[in-house]
Amino acid sequence: MSTSNNGWETVIGLEIHAQLSTNSKIFSGSATAYGAAPNSQANLVDLAYPGVLPVLNGEAVRMAVKFGLAIGAEIAPRSVFARKNYFYPDLPKGYQISQYELPIVAKGRMEIVLDDGSRKTIGITRAHLEEDAGKSLHEGLPRQSGIDLNRAGTPLIEIVSEPDMRSAKEAVAYLKKIHTLVRYLEICDGNMQEGSFRCDANVSVRKFGAEKFGTRAEIKNINSFRFVEKAINYEVERQIDVIEGGGKVVQETRLYDPDKGETRSMRSKEEANDYRYFPDPDLLPVEIDPAYIGEIKATLPELPDEKAARFVLAYDLSQYDATVLTSSKELGAYYDDVVKALAGEKLPSKEQAKLAANWVAGSLAAALNEHNLEITGSRIDAKRLAGLLGRIVDNTISGKIAKDVFEAMWAEDKSCDEIIEARGLRQITDTGAIEKAIDEVMAKNPGQLADYRSGKDKLFGFFVGQVMKATGGKANPAQLNELLKKKLAG
Amino acid sequence: MHTFTLAELAKKLRAKEFSVTELTRALLARVEASQPRLNAFITVTAESALAQAKAADRALADGKAGPLTGLPLAHKDIFCTSGVKTSCGSKMLDNFVSPYDATVVEKLNAAGMVTLGKTNMDEFAMGSSNETSWYGPVKNPWNPKLVPGGSSGGSAAAVAARVAPIATATDTGGSIRQPASLCGVTGIKPTYGRVSRFGMIAFASSLDQGGLISITAEDAAMVLGAMAGFDTRDSTSVDTPVPNYVAELDKPLTGLKIGLIKEFFDTGLDADVEKCIREALGVYEKLGATLVEVKLPALPLSVPTYYVVAPAECSSNLARFDGVRYGYRCQDPKDLMDLYKRSRGEGFGAEVKRRIMTGTYVLSAGYYDAYYLKAQRVRQLINQDFKRAFGEVDVLMGPTAPDVAFEIGAKSSDPIQMYLNDIYTIGANLAGVPAMSIPCGFVRDLPVGLQICGPHFAEAKLFNVAHAFQKETDWHRRLPADFAKEVLS
Amino acid sequence: MSLNRDQINSIAHLARLSLTDAEVPVYQDSLSKIVDLVGQLDAAQTAGIEPMAHPLPGLAQRLRPDTVTEKDQHELFQRNAPQVEAALYLVPKVIE
Repeated sequence: MSTSNNGWETVIGLEIHAQLSTNSKIFSGSATAYGAAPNSQANLVDLAYPGVLPVLNGEAVRMAVKFGLAIGAEIAPRSVFARKNYFYPDLPKGYQISQYELPIVAKGRMEIVLDDGSRKTIGITRAHLEEDAGKSLHEGLPRQSGIDLNRAGTPLIEIVSEPDMRSAKEAVAYLKKIHTLVRYLEICDGNMQEGSFRCDANVSVRKFGAEKFGTRAEIKNINSFRFVEKAINYEVERQIDVIEGGGKVVQETRLYDPDKGETRSMRSKEEANDYRYFPDPDLLPVEIDPAYIGEIKATLPELPDEKAARFVLAYDLSQYDATVLTSSKELGAYYDDVVKALAGEKLPSKEQAKLAANWVAGSLAAALNEHNLEITGSRIDAKRLAGLLGRIVDNTISGKIAKDVFEAMWAEDKSCDEIIEARGLRQITDTGAIEKAIDEVMAKNPGQLADYRSGKDKLFGFFVGQVMKATGGKANPAQLNELLKKKLAG
Repeated sequence: MHTFTLAELAKKLRAKEFSVTELTRALLARVEASQPRLNAFITVTAESALAQAKAADRALADGKAGPLTGLPLAHKDIFCTSGVKTSCGSKMLDNFVSPYDATVVEKLNAAGMVTLGKTNMDEFAMGSSNETSWYGPVKNPWNPKLVPGGSSGGSAAAVAARVAPIATATDTGGSIRQPASLCGVTGIKPTYGRVSRFGMIAFASSLDQGGLISITAEDAAMVLGAMAGFDTRDSTSVDTPVPNYVAELDKPLTGLKIGLIKEFFDTGLDADVEKCIREALGVYEKLGATLVEVKLPALPLSVPTYYVVAPAECSSNLARFDGVRYGYRCQDPKDLMDLYKRSRGEGFGAEVKRRIMTGTYVLSAGYYDAYYLKAQRVRQLINQDFKRAFGEVDVLMGPTAPDVAFEIGAKSSDPIQMYLNDIYTIGANLAGVPAMSIPCGFVRDLPVGLQICGPHFAEAKLFNVAHAFQKETDWHRRLPADFAKEVLS
Repeated sequence: MSLNRDQINSIAHLARLSLTDAEVPVYQDSLSKIVDLVGQLDAAQTAGIEPMAHPLPGLAQRLRPDTVTEKDQHELFQRNAPQVEAALYLVPKVIE
């Protein structure tokens, strides 16, 4: 709960638009590729030429059903397309084909984990199929706008949540979960920069304990997770200021301006919000039978929450690690592969699983980030990484040395064993050799030795460092500790 | 050769009595000569017609001809024709050249038919008199002071004057049957979903249906067979095989049960027209049919139902005409709003604007339930009436229009009077059932149409019933005196 | 029922139609008459009657396979366009 704002409670609902990654548009055979030359992917149907008619893409329906099943929603046996009528240059027909009274998906939910580790369920009112609009371009044209209709007719699902979120952080957590889910389901590429995953936020404030919701503003155009948080927080402050200043919040559409970090009223969308919805007579009701649903259910992948639960249960991971490792389907699969390669047929030990988790979410993630790569583009595949971790487990190298080996593996396509051998990095576990090194260090540092023996315990670290230095870092740390303690005691 | 039916022309072309090119030239000359008197065409496609004729002659010579090869027709200017202006009777599309063919056009081209041109019509098919066309009214060939009916007035007048033996048309509330009735020709509105709507510029999507205006039912049966059928590009097109309509034409009518729609005879029907209709029904009795009166109690509500549903759909369908991608754009728009309002305000005529505004009103916030939803429920009642009636009888019959053709200008200032012209035809559109109008006599020297209506997909039955009448009578072979001669002066 | 001037103007605005001063009273009159005509529906008993959106009840939407069937034809399609530049349709500046 957000209680920071002087007794004001924030209420947030999100409308997420996810472009479905079909090959062709929802009502025409035009391609949906991003970034094509203007109007090169707009056919007669997309351009709303006189006489043309829409025919529904079956894949868009399948994807919507998939999504509905993944959020535990009801799949409507009969859903209806309706026309949402308004004039805008990027809307060629003068209406958007959407779903109104009978959406294909209703009454779903999504669980989010809050900062304190507790869980909260966000209700999903509905998810409906609709078509995207084109784009208006304003740059380089004085007094005019240019219309590109390539995007017009790209299939979308609009996912409408209940007003269940109480802070910007919750909204972001929910948005991220939906984002992860649609990519798991392979129904949306989730690319926020290209606009394939977009979000509008309905934000209002009310005094804690108030029953009625406050008047809400709809914030449009928030195209990154960071902006969602910023835009909502700005809007909450603005609304509280308005009310505390004796004013009233007006119901309106506001645009988030990421450059200024503020929201502003979108007057152009304000007038005449009378969309005159009615069932589209060019399309018939979409009927979905249980067999079709069963068929899709059978093809559902392991979902992020299921995967995370399995990681916790089978691998004994913390919830936090499990969440991080399931943030994308590919990452989860990679981690699974590392663990399997490491443990073979058996279940991994808790140490193995944790070690793998630390490495995948740590060094590997950092390297990927540094090189701007996705997990699928990693230069070290799961098997090679498991090889490296195996050498830590069997004490061939220490964790510290392993970092160097990892870097070498990233740079050149060699196995960790080849690198360890070539560079002589094998850990020293021979007691005699370690003892010899300790003796030499003690002989070289009589002053420190005397101090230690007279009670300066802190110097233990100094001796560890010196021995490690002498062995090139290869001494087994546990053995070294034990032997050093004995020798120093005299 | 202008007086021949399509079926007769097919035989004569094959008997080489004349070539397709000769026939096409003769008809093109008639089209040109008739234009000042009828104004039935918006565009004449002489050049492409002659090219098609040449190809048809070659196909006939090579023995590669199909049953429709070389037969001439005209298309209502609501059907998109590739590379040819497709205006829909509107200033809005006066500069519009379609880059594609409607499915209907594509199919009839493929069947080898020769397109003479595009016929005049009420603007966007909204009208019952052809007076709302941007290209001026079409005149009734029986009397140039009178309307031909609408919205397919150009197609009806062209066939009545025998400048085209057959023409495509569309029917949203009677736009095939009413002009067929007023011009003394045969018209069929097939079952909703029977003929693809792809490329047919939409007026009211749930009511629009493409069909034909012809001299005889037999001619329409020949062409509908090639024109109808499933189309993957139209979601409302029905995937049901098209029967051989011609094969069923000569079935005897013995035992046929004809329902007379009581409500049609109750109100607004001209006494002489009623007499004429009753005489036609007598012909059917002689042919072995029995007549029973049936009640369709919700049917009198078809006009108010229609004037909610059709304008609602039209207000949305015509939103695409915004001056951005094609069509009329106003001069020097000062901003986006001005572009929209003036392009549409100047590009659409008065009746189209009236219907767009009516539709906008009935769909707007607060009125949707009272008007649109209510109308959809009444539509259901009307549909149930038809269903019930077809449980009792094979076909329904009655007048097509309450009266014969009226004078140009007589009703144009009173939309309600104009709308009531379609009082008998709208029901079939609301229920989606097929219906025909066939010439059945004359009142005050003007043709009267008998309406025949059947259950869904009963086109073959309708053709059969109409053909039987046309074998017994010759009303359909009568031709206006002004157009009797082959060469029009 | 009669519609007033403001109603006509707001309907025309919603429908993006410019009306001349002379047209307003004409539409005021005819739309009022049409509203009266459709008002006859009030009398119909429709309780429990399913609204009919489509004349072919029982038919369901057909689904199209997800294949790209179209190629770039913007030059052909833009021949009908009032104003085009760099393959974009031009309109007076859109203000957001």
